[in-house]
Amino acid sequence: MSENLGMVSKITQKRISELLKQDKRIDGRGLNDYRELKVEAGLIERAAGSALVTLGKTKVMVGVKIETGTPYPDTPDNGVLTVNVELVPLASPKFEPGPPKEDAIELARVVDRGIRESQALDLKKLCIVSGKKVFIIFVDIYALDFDGNLFDASTLASIAALKNAKMKDYVIKKDGELEYKANDISLPLQNYPVAISTAKIDDKLVVDPSLGEEIAADAAITVAIGKKGNICAIQKRKVGTFSVDEIIQIINLSKQKAKEIGAMFLKG
Amino acid sequence: MIERRQFVTPGELLAEGDYNSGENTYRENKKIYASKTGLANFVRNNVYVVALSGCYIPVVGDLVIGNVVDMRLGVWLVDINAPYISVLFASEAVDRSFNSRREEMTKYLTIGDVVLAKIISFDRTKDPTLTIREPGLGKIPLGHIIDITPTKVPRLIGRRGSMINLIKRETNCQITVGRNGRILINCAKLESEALATKAINLIEQDAHTTGLTDRINKLIKKEKKESSIHAK
Repeated sequence: MSENLGMVSKITQKRISELLKQDKRIDGRGLNDYRELKVEAGLIERAAGSALVTLGKTKVMVGVKIETGTPYPDTPDNGVLTVNVELVPLASPKFEPGPPKEDAIELARVVDRGIRESQALDLKKLCIVSGKKVFIIFVDIYALDFDGNLFDASTLASIAALKNAKMKDYVIKKDGELEYKANDISLPLQNYPVAISTAKIDDKLVVDPSLGEEIAADAAITVAIGKKGNICAIQKRKVGTFSVDEIIQIINLSKQKAKEIGAMFLKG
Repeated sequence: MIERRQFVTPGELLAEGDYNSGENTYRENKKIYASKTGLANFVRNNVYVVALSGCYIPVVGDLVIGNVVDMRLGVWLVDINAPYISVLFASEAVDRSFNSRREEMTKYLTIGDVVLAKIISFDRTKDPTLTIREPGLGKIPLGHIIDITPTKVPRLIGRRGSMINLIKRETNCQITVGRNGRILINCAKLESEALATKAINLIEQDAHTTGLTDRINKLIKKEKKESSIHAK
């Protein structure tokens, strides 16, 4: 997100690294502290599922839509999961309307990878007629307020929205058509990945970077952890590098944070 | 007629009849409506709304803190947290005539710098223009900058500067308040800086309540006591 240069002034960036030398952060957090996190599910009545995640001043809204369609030819027995990100201009002065740019695509792919590789959704159960008809799950992510770390907020909001999603129970008739029943069922969720981002600023590691810290960072990494504490996906950003020891430290911290967040918001 | 300090939303009827339309209100057929979300109030027959949040609308003569976001030939474009990008001409930055073909503008200011500036002209047909050609104005070399909602700046300053002077006196910090909601804090000690930041954030959060000066005083005294115990 190098386009964000100029949004945070040089003296603020200088301040961030000065404070970090004494293990302090500009908003008063400790190095391993997460910002205040809030999850509100089911706010949008007309969506199949929805969730609003507030992480400090960052806000992300996710809506889930369920439709039927044809599967991809290479996975005829699997339902389709589509993750889309919209960085709406009201979230930040640097977000412009129009087709998704590089940072929106990266964000969508990191969230998608976290959900897909953790096998959070049992896609096999979303198959209606092999090779012909499956359920397509759309996860639409809207950033409403941008103050850093959209990755963690978006992943958490997506999982919360999928968990919240309801569809009409159905039976498959002989001709492959669906007959809907009156009762609601949930999506076949079997895992709850939690993404944890860590930024490296002058050899110090800070978890959940704010906007200023994200811009000041040399490198950043997002680790998605499944509910059993296994690593599902990793994405590294920016030009700096991490040493092996740092990576191990980040993974251990991410596991601990993911466990805390998962227990708080995604239990059951 | 509304009650004093009543919470109103835009379009809400505030008063009917012989009243004057004050800040953040508009008049239509002898009726006065709110144009912003906030607390309505009246003094004699002037009705006004104290907005809870909002952007900064430039006023000529205001002291503001801005970020340099872009450069053109002979001008810097400065973000002052307003709906309009302000313009700082190179001739308003140096005390002589400036020839941008002979001199590098980046020698004085560049993108990402922060300036303390004064607004010298603004109307709604032209973007605001700034000057830094006065003592005390210019590039800010160091310090901690925090942002608050511009509508709460008067509360932070207090009556004749009572609130801001209280914080300055008790924390020994140099504090410069930009009318656009950006505040520069310079402190010798990190603890005092954190304390000043905490106090300012509390003022922003509780700006609409009464008895705030006393609470800020108590907060500072309490925190100072605690930190002196830790120091021993």
